[in-house]
Amino acid sequence: MARKPKLAVWKFSSCDGCQLSLLDCEDELLALAGNIEIANFLEASREVIKGPYDLSLVEGSITTPHDLKRIQEVRKISKFLVTIGACATAGGIQALRNFQSVSDFISIVYATPEYISTLEQSTAISSHVKVDFELHGCPINKEQLVEVISAFLFHRKPNIPAHSVCMECKLAGNVCILVSNGVACLGPVTHAGCGALCPSYNRGCFGCYGAKENTNTSSLSNKLYQLGVKNQDIQKLFRSYNAYTPAFLKESKAHD
Amino acid sequence: MTSKTIKVDYLARVEGEGGLYIKVKDEKVTEVKLKIFEPPRFFEAFLRGRNFTEVPDITARICGICPVAYQMSAVHAMENALGVRVDGQLRELRRLLYCGEWIESHTLHVYMLHAPDFLGYQSSIHMAKDFPDIVKQGLELKKAGNEIVRVVGGREIHPINVRVGGFYKIPSKKDLLVLAEKLKRARDLALETVKWVAKFNFPDFTQDYLFVSLAHENEYPFNEGRIVSSNGLNIDIKEYEDYFVEEHVKHSNALHSQMKTGENYFVGPLARYSLNFDKLSPLTKETALDIGLSKTCKNPFQSIIIRSLEILYALDEALRIINSYETPEQPAIKLEIKSSKGYGATEAPRGMIYHHYKIDDDGLVLEAKIVPPTSQNQKTIERDLWNFVPDRLDLPLDELTWQCEQAIRNYDPCISCATHYLKLTLDKE
Ligand code: SF4
Ligand code: SF4
Repeated sequence: MARKPKLAVWKFSSCDGCQLSLLDCEDELLALAGNIEIANFLEASREVIKGPYDLSLVEGSITTPHDLKRIQEVRKISKFLVTIGACATAGGIQALRNFQSVSDFISIVYATPEYISTLEQSTAISSHVKVDFELHGCPINKEQLVEVISAFLFHRKPNIPAHSVCMECKLAGNVCILVSNGVACLGPVTHAGCGALCPSYNRGCFGCYGAKENTNTSSLSNKLYQLGVKNQDIQKLFRSYNAYTPAFLKESKAHD
Repeated sequence: MTSKTIKVDYLARVEGEGGLYIKVKDEKVTEVKLKIFEPPRFFEAFLRGRNFTEVPDITARICGICPVAYQMSAVHAMENALGVRVDGQLRELRRLLYCGEWIESHTLHVYMLHAPDFLGYQSSIHMAKDFPDIVKQGLELKKAGNEIVRVVGGREIHPINVRVGGFYKIPSKKDLLVLAEKLKRARDLALETVKWVAKFNFPDFTQDYLFVSLAHENEYPFNEGRIVSSNGLNIDIKEYEDYFVEEHVKHSNALHSQMKTGENYFVGPLARYSLNFDKLSPLTKETALDIGLSKTCKNPFQSIIIRSLEILYALDEALRIINSYETPEQPAIKLEIKSSKGYGATEAPRGMIYHHYKIDDDGLVLEAKIVPPTSQNQKTIERDLWNFVPDRLDLPLDELTWQCEQAIRNYDPCISCATHYLKLTLDKE
């Protein structure tokens, strides 16, 4: 029998939600574990089988000097490296520190700042090493995760649509909440993957899947402005879970 | 000869990154450090200047395992600040959502993180090779909890349907009735779970804890109540900071909480159960007494039984809510913004979580304070290890190390929460 491919899951600065998505695959987990070797997944197992690994899933952003070194190690022992989620792909919500001085932040939270070791910025994995595929979302979609794992382990291209939430919303047959109800919605500029969840709940998209490629954020901002959304609120919309993704970063700076 | 070090660099089967270091010299434990090196994420700092409406979603990102606990504590604190109360069916829906998170999070811990310790497996996936049906049962039960969160909250991790004042969209009675069918089957599985874990071997380790939890006059606590303790404390949520303090220690990126009087305390399933036994559902109480538990439980290793009982309770409660559910007229109540302070505390699966915010006239956050359960339990976890290790120094180091890890996992520590992290080191010199 051929050797089973080896999977590793790595955590950097994050909430654990994206790796939990793997344990949330209640229907697929045991079948998956039958086809691959879960060689390093600390949240689920004490056993650590040494690398190299066929596929590494990386959750979380880089925020400490130690992690800066660790990500290089992870890259060296991984054949394919896939980032999972907004933290790993764009720096995450913790990248809000990048807009301020981190020393002010430390003193707000901790009484003894000298005990804390941290970098000025929270950055995406791709700022430091080559990434083979980025899966978007805060959190990622678990079906897409299963698709990505199977694709990489069996050498095909993952089937992950790259259009917008707006497109998913139309496919779902929703009435547009931006046009009909005047609700601020980032659907037109946000990467697909959630199935237009928020608009289906009468809520505007707040961009948790990050920016879709080649997107026109400024025309959306103009529309939001005409709807009466305040400048600082437009800025906040672009400055949240994917604040450091280039398109959103540029747009939020335009509202300084 | 008589000295050793117990060291675990990266603790497994906990949420987040942490380690343990224990030093033993001449048969005496001289040092215990639960190290939390999960990098700090500074939520309290970057919440400043955000809209109060964004806070439930932002704080959810502290923890992917218990986002509902953060959302619920945040909405209650904000509603407290704005002087409004969410009642009736909207309140019931929030309770239903919380039931879902308890079932999902507790089942994850019972089957995938804790049971493997009792049965000597590295993980539940290893366990599944010998006990496929048991692991499948756990996955089905977990799925039932996730279904509740999905139906009420929109998705399992970081639900999108919760807002200050209520929800964005309310589920129909029909949606909930479909759910109820699955929950009835899950309740049978929960009963099986209690009987299964009750047969495990438990180390003889009873401790005299100071239990702290919420208590409500007619319900087992989720969202509301007064803060009570096993030595008679009974205070309003807004008085929390008058009685409890956080301390910053060098070996941890999480703050340690203690009573102002200097005592360490215990939050979580054991505390909730022992302080609120009478409020459990009749089926849960009967099951607890049947398997030979008393109305208080002071052996942290038995927390796996208490979690299983709370899963059973949450299913009973979810079914009760669905049975009497009537679709509310409005998904949310109206809010008027004003500058003020608000306090909220709810019962996360791992124990009480406290939020406090100050907002200005425009509803922007001026100050935020969040105290998750794991930082409250850190001192107690270390205290347990001080008491647990001395009687077991004859064990081979790898076995002793594993048992110490298990003693930490008793608390289902969520390290991501505690820094808003866990790593194990035993040093025998
Ligand atoms: S992307 Fe979101 S869900 Fe995923 S780890 Fe980061 S904060 Fe958690
Ligand atoms: S609609 Fe937008 S904010 Fe909502 S889940 Fe989808 S990507 Fe995230």
